[in-house]
Amino acid sequence: MRRIGAALLLLGAAPAPGVRSDLLMATDAPKLADYGLFDAAGRPAPGVQPYTLNTPLFSDHAEKFRFAWLPPGTKAHYRASGALAFPVGTVLVKRFAFPADLRRPTKKLRAIETRLLIHRPAGWVALSFVEQDGGAVLKRAGVKVPVEFIDKAGRAQAIDYAVPNQNQCKTCHQDGEAITPIGPTAGNLNGSLHGTGPNQLMTWATSGRLAGLPADGWPRLARWDNAAEPLNARARAYLAVNCAHCHSRGGFASNSGLYLVPEEVTPAHLGVLKRPVAAGRGSGGHEFSILPGQPDKSILLHRMTSSEPGIMMPQFGRALAHEEGNALIRKWIAAMPDPADSAPAAAAAP
Amino acid sequence: MRMALLIALLASSSLAQAKMIHVGPGGNAQEKLQTALIEAQPGDTVHIAAGRYALADGLSLDVDGVTVKGDGPDKTILDFTAQKVAGEGLLITSDNVVVRDLGIENAAGNGVKSKGSDGIALVNLRVEWTGGPKSTNGAYGLYPVSSKNVLIDRSVVKGASDAGIYVGQSQNIIVRGSRAEMNVAGIEIENSYDADVVGNTATNNAGGILVFDLPDLPQQGGRNVKLTNNQVIANNHVNFAAPGNIVAGVPSGTGIMVMANARVMVENNHVMGNNGSAVMIVAYTQAFTDKAYNPLPRDVSVAGNHFMDNGKAPAFKGGKEIAAAVGGTLPPVLWDGVTHYAVPGGGGEKVAEGGINSDAPGISLNLGLQGTPATQAKPAPMQANLVVSTRPAIVLPAALEARAK
Repeated sequence: MRRIGAALLLLGAAPAPGVRSDLLMATDAPKLADYGLFDAAGRPAPGVQPYTLNTPLFSDHAEKFRFAWLPPGTKAHYRASGALAFPVGTVLVKRFAFPADLRRPTKKLRAIETRLLIHRPAGWVALSFVEQDGGAVLKRAGVKVPVEFIDKAGRAQAIDYAVPNQNQCKTCHQDGEAITPIGPTAGNLNGSLHGTGPNQLMTWATSGRLAGLPADGWPRLARWDNAAEPLNARARAYLAVNCAHCHSRGGFASNSGLYLVPEEVTPAHLGVLKRPVAAGRGSGGHEFSILPGQPDKSILLHRMTSSEPGIMMPQFGRALAHEEGNALIRKWIAAMPDPADSAPAAAAAP
Repeated sequence: MRMALLIALLASSSLAQAKMIHVGPGGNAQEKLQTALIEAQPGDTVHIAAGRYALADGLSLDVDGVTVKGDGPDKTILDFTAQKVAGEGLLITSDNVVVRDLGIENAAGNGVKSKGSDGIALVNLRVEWTGGPKSTNGAYGLYPVSSKNVLIDRSVVKGASDAGIYVGQSQNIIVRGSRAEMNVAGIEIENSYDADVVGNTATNNAGGILVFDLPDLPQQGGRNVKLTNNQVIANNHVNFAAPGNIVAGVPSGTGIMVMANARVMVENNHVMGNNGSAVMIVAYTQAFTDKAYNPLPRDVSVAGNHFMDNGKAPAFKGGKEIAAAVGGTLPPVLWDGVTHYAVPGGGGEKVAEGGINSDAPGISLNLGLQGTPATQAKPAPMQANLVVSTRPAIVLPAALEARAK
């Protein structure tokens, strides 16, 4: 079979459809189509498998479609924290699209960009391909795309959707000096595809794409929008996904001392009664990242609700505030026990 | 064989010639500049020609060994007045980078930030918020953090709502020949090791030069910071920092302030016309839960400085009363007299290792235990004691210094 394919190539015929792992490993292709991950109608090539996350990053209400491709015969290895250990050759794909009306999220979708994380022998590489007439093309320096849609409340929204530049990709996907995937952790994959059917970790393991899955004890990130789950688990999942890519010990915001990874247990590092370090005007005049019981006096929420650069968090990746997410964090902080009894002593100014 | 390999390497490195990438004004400045910064290779210089570049997004550099060079801080101007995205004007995340001869105006957040750089030189830059000092200005002008081998040279920062020049959680640092004015803090060295702050001018800030250490951070235990030959003049600007930030607690009128650091040398500076304390030496004032944190100033020496016309109108609480008690004017040095602290979580008490020495007159508030409110002060004169440091100057890699000339 392979020999026939090679022969066809030599004869100048179109290559057999499928993923061009040779190109993925060696070159930053100018067009997404060059990699063969999708056919002309946008259908994933064989082996390009969809997956979903319990709690996704908020991206101005973009609908996101995620796929993983692993070279035939290879497997990811289970890890309890952080992204699964994907083999060299893996491609993680995220396609961004906006529905005309968020109340009908599957209708009239406008494709905007496709981001790839490619695991090359020297490490992960992040590329973004932006939809233009005639297909998605590589953009390293980022670009703004005007996008209009009707939001869930029926309001017309118009934003400058920001496709990240290559450095911004790395800012979020950074672990120390290296680039790393963020989304597909065991905890965030620990649920059904699109919310129904078998567990994805189990599916991946039984189909031979995941090794080392223990019999039980898998971590699970809550679904941030499932009111049936505990408030604390939902809020921590939301913060883990929307903040912890920078706010971790190996992340871009390591110097802040605010760490929002799911495993963090130290109250001060979670922001509870933590004073700002380099927030500047981002503090909004508040003294603590989180003042338990007082969401309106908590810097964390102040920065999540702002859309002003220099104040807003995350620093990029959104132009709009995420009202539903902020409501969740507000509820979480409001529900924290009042620290009045253990409040820090009054400042002893010299 | 090994020699042959070496020759081959040398040959190939000279073949892979460093190139100059020119960017000029006009067209899509954002995309042109960002593309140049992404496509630069180690050794390259990105030259930004004279002109004003209106930018709606931050710029960033993640390639090692690149020089970014303008035609002068008043000629090549990166104008972030309309910035919509990103936390800084220019962000550097790579090693051995020189940024020089540029003006950076009205960044939404910080002016120039380096994070995790080993080798970062910021030379002949002007970072300015052109609407004057406002709490809505960006926090830091020049902001190397979690970096190593840091040089800030011949630069000017005006209007930052936190510190004009701020070096945080870094190591092996020289800040020299620079000017900070109309910021909340002029120059601040925070949670950092091994720094020389030499030959700078800090004037018309709320506080001139600060050496701080804060808890709950990956790098703490700030130490070995020497301030010499600086002009610290009339830092009486109203403090316009957003409340909550540590610098919001710096009293207007402060010349030099040392908080919770070890081995700080304040020598041969000209400290003049600051209405509060010329030199204030204090412990961290807040409660803290970090067991590893030491809130005390220790082994601090003040020697050979020229003090004039300071301490006339202290703005901090109780300052006027203290000044009145000693004849109306504060002496140059004010120490809170905090000498021990309780380790959080019942870890017992710890005492400062190394004292506070000054050859100039000073007052201690004799507060004793960290956290004791200033209302319990028992002000008393400090005994003059001359301690002169013999520690050698901080040295940066010669290659970095050569590129920064």
